[in-house]
Amino acid sequence: MQDTPDIADRRDAVCVIGAGASGLTTVKNLREHGFAVDCYERETSVGGAWNWRHDRSPVYANTHLISSRPLTEFPDFPMPDSWPDFPHHSQVLSYLERYAKHFGLGEHIWFGTEVVSAEPVGDGRWDVTTRSTGGGSSRVQRYAAVVVANGHNWAPAKPEIDGAEDFRGQVIHSAQYKDPAQLRNRKVLVIGAGNTGCDIAVEAAQQATTVWHSTRRGYWYAPKYVLGRPADQVNDRLLKWRLPLRLRQWLYRRTLALTTGDLTRYGLPAPDHRPYESHPIVNSQLAYYLGHGRIKPVPDVTRFVGGQVELADGRRVDADLVITATGYTPRFDFLAPELIDAGDDGRPDLHLHAFARKHPTLAVVGLLQPDSGVLPLAHWQAVAVARWLRLRRQDPARAAAVQQKESARPLQSWSRRQVVPSRRHWFEVDHIAYLKAVEELLHEMEPRA
Amino acid sequence: MTLLRFDDWTSPVPPVEREVLSRLVEGEDLQPPLLFVPGPGMGAWVFAEHWLTHAAGRGFPAYALTPRENGDLRAHVHDVVQVAAALPRQAVLIGHGTGALVVSRALGRYPARAAVLAAPVLAASVTDRWATLGAAVKANPLGTLRRRPRLNHKQLFSAGTDADAYLSRMTFPRRLAARGPVPRPVASPPVLVVGSPDDRVVPRKSLDRVATHYAGAPLLFPGMAHALMLDTGWAEPIDAVLDWLTKQLSAVG
Ligand SMILES: Cc1cc2nc3c(=O)[nH]c(=O)nc-3n(C[C@H](O)[C@H](O)[C@H](O)COP(=O)(O)OP(=O)(O)OC[C@H]3O[C@@H](n4cnc5c(N)ncnc54)[C@H](O)[C@@H]3O)c2cc1C
Ligand SMILES: NC(=O)c1ccc[n+]([C@@H]2O[C@H](COP(=O)([O-])OP(=O)(O)OC[C@H]3O[C@@H](n4cnc5c(N)ncnc54)[C@H](OP(=O)(O)O)[C@@H]3O)[C@@H](O)[C@H]2O)c1
Repeated sequence: MQDTPDIADRRDAVCVIGAGASGLTTVKNLREHGFAVDCYERETSVGGAWNWRHDRSPVYANTHLISSRPLTEFPDFPMPDSWPDFPHHSQVLSYLERYAKHFGLGEHIWFGTEVVSAEPVGDGRWDVTTRSTGGGSSRVQRYAAVVVANGHNWAPAKPEIDGAEDFRGQVIHSAQYKDPAQLRNRKVLVIGAGNTGCDIAVEAAQQATTVWHSTRRGYWYAPKYVLGRPADQVNDRLLKWRLPLRLRQWLYRRTLALTTGDLTRYGLPAPDHRPYESHPIVNSQLAYYLGHGRIKPVPDVTRFVGGQVELADGRRVDADLVITATGYTPRFDFLAPELIDAGDDGRPDLHLHAFARKHPTLAVVGLLQPDSGVLPLAHWQAVAVARWLRLRRQDPARAAAVQQKESARPLQSWSRRQVVPSRRHWFEVDHIAYLKAVEELLHEMEPRA
Repeated sequence: MTLLRFDDWTSPVPPVEREVLSRLVEGEDLQPPLLFVPGPGMGAWVFAEHWLTHAAGRGFPAYALTPRENGDLRAHVHDVVQVAAALPRQAVLIGHGTGALVVSRALGRYPARAAVLAAPVLAASVTDRWATLGAAVKANPLGTLRRRPRLNHKQLFSAGTDADAYLSRMTFPRRLAARGPVPRPVASPPVLVVGSPDDRVVPRKSLDRVATHYAGAPLLFPGMAHALMLDTGWAEPIDAVLDWLTKQLSAVG
């Protein structure tokens, strides 16, 4: 009977989906808390987004971190202090590879194996169906818990732009942009001013003949350094001093006025929101190239017409390469939407962006967009998940009490509410507020002396 | 457990070139690497003298770090974690003297495979600090009551060691100021305390207190002086440490 494969019971083992940064730290921390772990990774190696060899990797040749090293490294496995403030993506990959080797994680990872479905079987346990990436037969195994660490920066969100069929040039999503050679001697229009769009606009300024940068709103463009220090480190100093938001916003405006300066001078729209109300854009070179006329700011694209690109102000530009740097959408194809309380738009609703509200043995790690590096937060999420699963196993009564208490935790204490309503802010968190919430949760679950 | 680490985020410890001596094992590395940490003023050489080679001979790749000059406790902890994280596999941290203080703090930062505190000068409590000072004043009144306290022959070595040669290679920097309680080690590694009842730097009671903190009892080597790794009987403590380690590692599987 080929169609009903035997279900192998993995008993107390936990299934982890993905071996990017979040999956690796999940495997490590679950192991440290005494769990057997099977991790499935559809690629043939670790690193996820940071592994440029993977087809779905969103990094391009010149990607450097935007969060500085101390705010990006795992809290218990620092990056070498001889590395620069903003390491190159290849260094981040080698860091993750060393992390995996150091903690012996490889032996728990099944590479080239994709999870195609995870279904609850009723008693808190899960049937996980995997298939080898090259095709082939599938296999079902039963686990005590499932931790999803599948990343949310690999499925391109492509805008629908009318008239694409009679556009003379080429349209690609930023995920397909890898190398500056793709820009050389072309007339490039970049759509989107996330960090990807800004990075690509800058690279185009160095390579292309003409560069238009299309944005649908004004933003705060922050430099990588202020006062001679990485900007995120300076910002954290303000947070350490517990300056109120209003004062920080004022300081932010002052600092930007004194460094980047007034960008409306170059024709950019003024921001339609206050500082700290959108995901930070960190780019020192954009303003420089605007000032040199190498990047021409333009409004939103409305359609393609007569082989050209039409803009919201009615102008038409004659681009031959359009790069939509319009971000990524989260995808959980292997989970029924109700398991993670996802609405029609695909947006999951999870406690701390991590714990499924109705399924105590289902969690997601790394589904965050912080104003710092992702790795430290993913680490503490993984510790919290491991503690939670352990407590649930060892002391169900206390676990229930913790769950009760957590359900009363106000949303605004850990989730950024005051942000521009846009898909890119679904998982926006303030790293300090978020870590405080996780710290409290960890204290509640502390082993009793 | 501290999640908010503003010090690390806003003023990272400035990097320095670090001296790390090693004795490696040929072929497959079946055992985890050991990282030996001396107190400031002693260099990696104190372990290179006997213990590194001996440990490597028993199959443990062995490394020792020379503490940076003029570092504070935070900087020394940073260096230990940096070197540990750069090793190919999860490391066993072994600190001696004030190096054990550094290791006890590093354990709150790095999930060590296991840890050994040898003749630890932890000075975790006020009682401990006075007891340690008391013992030192008795053994070496002039050396102790200086801004940069010195240790003498009697404190460091028992008879028969080439004490003068060793002492000439040591410097005696200021005491490390340690604030706050000893952190709970991350990932709950097994921790062993070793020492000597005849150590004139670390009183016996202090050894007991440190061991109790880690829920154990100290392993004692009577007759030995403070510098366990240089003293004439150096082989006995390192063998006992490696035996303990072998047992711990096989227990976990
Ligand atoms: C251009 C760019 C720059 C960035 N810069 C920074 C930065 O400066 N600092 C920072 O902290 N973050 C940055 N990020 C965010 C980055 O995504 C995170 O640092 C980190 O990669 C998140 O790791 P992850 O493990 O959650 O996801 P990923 O790295 O995406 O890993 C997910 C893994 O899961 C696997 N997977 C997915 N689905 C399945 C399945 N069904 N079955 C099996 N395996 C599966 C994937 O193959 C992948 O290996 C950047 C992102 C981008 C796009
Ligand atoms: N160097 C680095 O380290 C680096 C580089 C790149 C990316 N990243 C990180 O990777 C993540 C993804 O970044 P990203 O820049 O790829 O995506 P993003 O942050 O989602 O930005 C998407 C941009 O496209 C715009 N946009 C989205 N849909 C659009 C549409 N239909 N029409 C017009 N404009 C549209 C958005 O505008 P709105 O603001 O109006 O929604 C926004 O400006 C972020 O966490 C980012 O920080 C880091």
